[in-house]
Amino acid sequence: MTAASDVGFHAQRQARWHYGEVAFWLMVLACGFLFPTRYLIMTDILRLALFTMSLDLILGYAGIVSLGHAAFFGVGAYAAGLLALHGIINEPVLALIVAGLAAMVLGFATSFLVIRGVDLTRLMVTLGIALLLEALAERFSNITGGTDGLQGIEMQPIFGEIPFDMFGKAGFFYSLAVLFVLFLFARRVVHSPFGLSLRAIKNNPLRAAAIGIPVNRRLIAIYTLAAFYAGIAGALFTQTTAIASLDVFAFERSADLMLVLVIGGTGYLYGGLIGAVVFRMLQELFSTITPQYWQFWIGLVLVVIVLVGRQRLHRWVLYVPNLIIRQVAGRKAVVAVPESDA
Amino acid sequence: MTAILTNLFDGVAYGMLLFVLACGLAVTLGLMNFVNLAHGAFAMAGGYVCMVLVNRMGWPFFAALPLAFVSSAAIGIALERTLYRHLYTRSHLDQVLFTIGLTFMSVAAVDYIQGSSRVFINLPAALQGQFDVFGVGIGRYRLMIIVICGLLTIGLQMVLAKTRFGSRLRAAVDDPRAASGLGINVPQVFAFTFAFGCGLAGLGGALSAEILGLDPYFPLKFMIYFLIVVTVGGSSSITGPFLASLLLGIGDVAGKYYVPKMGPFVIYTMMIVILIWRPNGLFGRTAAR
Repeated sequence: MTAASDVGFHAQRQARWHYGEVAFWLMVLACGFLFPTRYLIMTDILRLALFTMSLDLILGYAGIVSLGHAAFFGVGAYAAGLLALHGIINEPVLALIVAGLAAMVLGFATSFLVIRGVDLTRLMVTLGIALLLEALAERFSNITGGTDGLQGIEMQPIFGEIPFDMFGKAGFFYSLAVLFVLFLFARRVVHSPFGLSLRAIKNNPLRAAAIGIPVNRRLIAIYTLAAFYAGIAGALFTQTTAIASLDVFAFERSADLMLVLVIGGTGYLYGGLIGAVVFRMLQELFSTITPQYWQFWIGLVLVVIVLVGRQRLHRWVLYVPNLIIRQVAGRKAVVAVPESDA
Repeated sequence: MTAILTNLFDGVAYGMLLFVLACGLAVTLGLMNFVNLAHGAFAMAGGYVCMVLVNRMGWPFFAALPLAFVSSAAIGIALERTLYRHLYTRSHLDQVLFTIGLTFMSVAAVDYIQGSSRVFINLPAALQGQFDVFGVGIGRYRLMIIVICGLLTIGLQMVLAKTRFGSRLRAAVDDPRAASGLGINVPQVFAFTFAFGCGLAGLGGALSAEILGLDPYFPLKFMIYFLIVVTVGGSSSITGPFLASLLLGIGDVAGKYYVPKMGPFVIYTMMIVILIWRPNGLFGRTAAR
C-alpha cells in the first residue's frame, strides 16, 4: 500500500459511522421521550452543545483560541429576536438561517483581524470584538432594548404547522433537529480534505504552508463557518426562550463555553455535546449545594482540569468504558480521544 | 479650559493607577509570555486587605498600604511556587483556562467572605476634598495617587536599568537559556518578579478602591483594561505600558466626560485598531518574539 492510499484509507475509516455514534444519537432522541418534564433544561443543553461545537470547529480543529465567541452567539440571538419582533420573517426556520447568516457575515469580516498575529493578539481581538458589540448593543438601546433586552417576542409556528408550546416540547425537537443537521454537516466538513488540512495548520502552520495549503484562506473559511454555527445557536436561544438580553455577549458566556469544550475534549465533534451535558449537570449540582457561589466550584473544576492535564483526565474517564468495550468488541473498537493539545 | 485641565488631571491619575495595577502583568504576560487573566484577583486581594485593616481594625491608611502590597505579594509567591510554575511551558489555552478558573474562584470566595456589595475605605481627612490651583480643581486623593505612582514608576525604572537584579531580569527575559548558562537562577528571578508584580497590583487595588470601585467582580471588570495596557504598550520596556496606561486613562476619562453615550466603545475600537496595526503593541519591539 502506498503512503497516499494508506492515508486515504485511514481518513476514510475515521470518517465512517461507528455503532457508538448511532447509539449516541438514538439515546439523545430517546431522552426526548423519556423525560417529558425536563424539556427546558434539555433544550438548554442542546443549544449549548451546538454553541460548543462551533467553538470546537475553530479551537479543536484549527487551533484558534477565542475569548469572544459570544459575539456571534449574541448577533444571532438579536437577529432572530428582531426578525420575529418586527415580523420581518415570521417563519422560524427561515429566520434561523438568516440570523446565522448575519453572524456569518460578522465572522467573515472579523476573521481578517483574527488571522493576523499570534495567540495573544487573537485572544485580545476576539475579546475586544465581543465587548465592542456589547457596548454597541447597550448604546443603541432603541433597537436592542438596552439592559431590558428584547421583550414581547412571539414565535410563529415552525413551517406554519407546529406551534411552540409552553412545555418546550416543540422547542426541544426543533433544537434537536437543527443540532443534528448541523452536526452532520460539521462531521462531513471535518472529515473532508478541507478538515484534514485544518488539522495540518493547527499542528504546524509553517509546514502546512510549505506543502501548499493556503493557510489564511482556510482559517478564514472555518472561522466564518464557526460564526454561522454560533449565530444559529444564538438564534435558537432567542426562539426557544423568547428573550434576548445584553448578557448574550457577556464574557462569562465565552469563558463558560471554553470550560464546556474542555470538559468534553477538543478536536472531536462529540466533545461539545458531552461537555454540554456534563457542564449543565455540574452547574445544577453546584447550584443546589451553594446557590450563590457555584462559580467557585466551576473555577475549581477548571483549575483541576488544567493541573491534572486534559489528556490524562480523558484517559482516566475513558478507562472503564474502554475496559468494557474491549471485552465485548475486541481491541479495535476502543474509544480514544484524538490528540487535543490546542 | 479649566474643565479640560481638571479632566486631564483626573485622566493622568487614573492612568497612573492603571499602570501600577497592570505593570506586574506586563512582566508576566509580556516578558514571561504567560497569559495571566487572574491578575486582577491579586489587586482585589490587596484592596480588601487594606479595607479590613483600615475599617475594621482602625489602622491608619498609610500604614495599611504597605501591608496590602505585602499580602498580595505573599499570595502571589505562594501561588507561583505551587501552581503557576507548572504552567509556564503549557499552551496558551491551558494558561487561559487555568487563570479564568482562578478568577472565578477569587470572585466567589470574596463574595462569600465579604459580601457582594461595593466597599469603601475610610480615608483620612487630609486626603478628602480638593483645592484650586489657578482655577483648576485638584483632588487631594488623586494628587496623592500621582505622587505615589510617579515615584514608583521612577523607582521601577531605576531598578530595571541600574541594579544587578534589573540586569538579571532583562537577561532572563531576553534569553532564559543563555541566562541560566551564565549562572542566573532564572526561576528564582521570575518568581521574585511575579511576586513583586502581584504586590504592586495589591497596592494598586488598595489605592483604586476610591476611584475604580472595589467589589468582588473587580477582577472580571478590569481584566480587559489590564490586558489593553500590556498589549498596547508592548513589553520591551517599562515606558511602553506606562505611556499606554496614561493614554488609556486620559482617553477613558475624556470619553466618559465628553461622549458619555459611547461608553467604552472608543477604547475597545482603539485597542482593536492598534492591535491590527501593530500586533506587538505601540511601543513593542518590531521583531516578533
